[in-house]
Amino acid sequence: MTDIAATASEFAAPEEAATVSAHTADASISIPHALRAEVRNLSFWYKEFQALKGIQLPIADRKVTALIGASGCGKSTLLRCFNRMHDLYAGNRYDGEIVLKPEGENIVSRSVDPILVRMRVGMVFQKPNPFPKSIYENVAAGLRIRGINKRSALDERVEQVLRQAALWNEVKDRLDSSAYDLSGGQQQRLCIARTLAPEPELILLDEPTSALDPIATAVIEELVDELRKNVTIIIVTHSMQQAARISDYCAFMHLGQLIEFGETEQMFTNPGNVKTQDYITGRFG
Amino acid sequence: MATTLNEHIVTSYEDELTNLNKIISEMGGMVEQAITEGASALLKLDHQQAQDVRQFDKRIDEIQQRINDAAVSIIARRQPMAADLRMVVTAIQVANDLERTGDMAKQLAKRALQIESLNLAPKFYNGVKHMKDLVARQLQAALDAYLTRDSKAAIDVCSRDDEVDAIYNSLFRELLTYMMEDPRNITQCTHLLFCAKSLERVGDHATNIAEAAYYLETGRHLGADEQQRQPR
Repeated sequence: MTDIAATASEFAAPEEAATVSAHTADASISIPHALRAEVRNLSFWYKEFQALKGIQLPIADRKVTALIGASGCGKSTLLRCFNRMHDLYAGNRYDGEIVLKPEGENIVSRSVDPILVRMRVGMVFQKPNPFPKSIYENVAAGLRIRGINKRSALDERVEQVLRQAALWNEVKDRLDSSAYDLSGGQQQRLCIARTLAPEPELILLDEPTSALDPIATAVIEELVDELRKNVTIIIVTHSMQQAARISDYCAFMHLGQLIEFGETEQMFTNPGNVKTQDYITGRFG
Repeated sequence: MATTLNEHIVTSYEDELTNLNKIISEMGGMVEQAITEGASALLKLDHQQAQDVRQFDKRIDEIQQRINDAAVSIIARRQPMAADLRMVVTAIQVANDLERTGDMAKQLAKRALQIESLNLAPKFYNGVKHMKDLVARQLQAALDAYLTRDSKAAIDVCSRDDEVDAIYNSLFRELLTYMMEDPRNITQCTHLLFCAKSLERVGDHATNIAEAAYYLETGRHLGADEQQRQPR
């Protein structure tokens, strides 16, 4: 609580400090939903470079939280912390906590196996990245890793998540053809289905529609709307309109710090911070 | 929130917003002129001026249409956010209030044409003239508050609306007294009573514009903020 205010005011110019801390503090108090996760004073270094500086962020359960900010502000870095993607490169370092609720486990702790974290936290990337396998095997992959190999169980779950990802009707007759035969939008929905299959608690979407046309984008957004009934979603997007359309909460980041967090409605009609306002309205900062 | 905003990265977007503000300013000037001339036509029983005011109302309607078109175009093409969104939405509201104010000016002009054959005693006019001066000032102050995004000035306009109401009530009583004194005054005084009502409405529209100005700058509603401020 006090930490988040301190972070924001450190960043802000002195005359802005009061508004920033007051607004940010208010927003985090007033979050009326149960939390699925909480980022506590998280800092992150790519070797010597500090990319995240003391981030405090609540993630509401079964809500969509959008991370917005200019390129290089650290939003993708923050997103990737949630499933320990940074562990793939030596010299990267976390400080602070990302706590998964309700049991309160710190998923960036060294003592926690990143593979176990990734089974609970799924991720979809900017460009569709299906495996060079059949449509069916793409979706089944996560299930097989979990030791589910029984054909009937796999069939059932594959159909279920393909339906959930609004892809079933388009692929049901060609489940054995290569995933690469699908269009970009279909491939992205396949990737979402693949992510959904092992029933993650949290789904991370890193600009999932930036490579898609408006129709495919609308299909994905409709899907996010459906998914939020059961899963918690964090989305990084460069489209302000998309963040405004599909998120419940929104966090604005700048130079590795969280500047403002609040309900999306508030953020896009009356943001509390001048920097947020300048960014979302497309002005010079 | 700062009153002065930085410029947009996209210059043509900045120009469109500036232009929207300019048309509102223009419309505001036209409506102020209409009220002044409508009242003047009434007070001087100037037939030609009354006709002119009625004609002028068409131009006010046209400029309202221009504001609405510009606002719709910005929403469709630019998807304004935050302060820009409030500016576009309040532009539509303010244009609507101004158009209604223009209608009130037309009402005054119509009355002027109806009472020109009646022989009015000057004392009947004083209250209406006083009230016209007050609401014209209110309208001007509200428009200034809107165009300069000054929420303090907007609060002042709203708090002065009680004065307009008080004058309306006293004018009502005054005209009633003249009617009771001499039933031959009833026709004239009833006309003037309608004029007073029109001017009172202008005051209400000025208040609406001031409320829009407050919302534009703060993103909050004045009514709700006032309630919070008042001690229980």
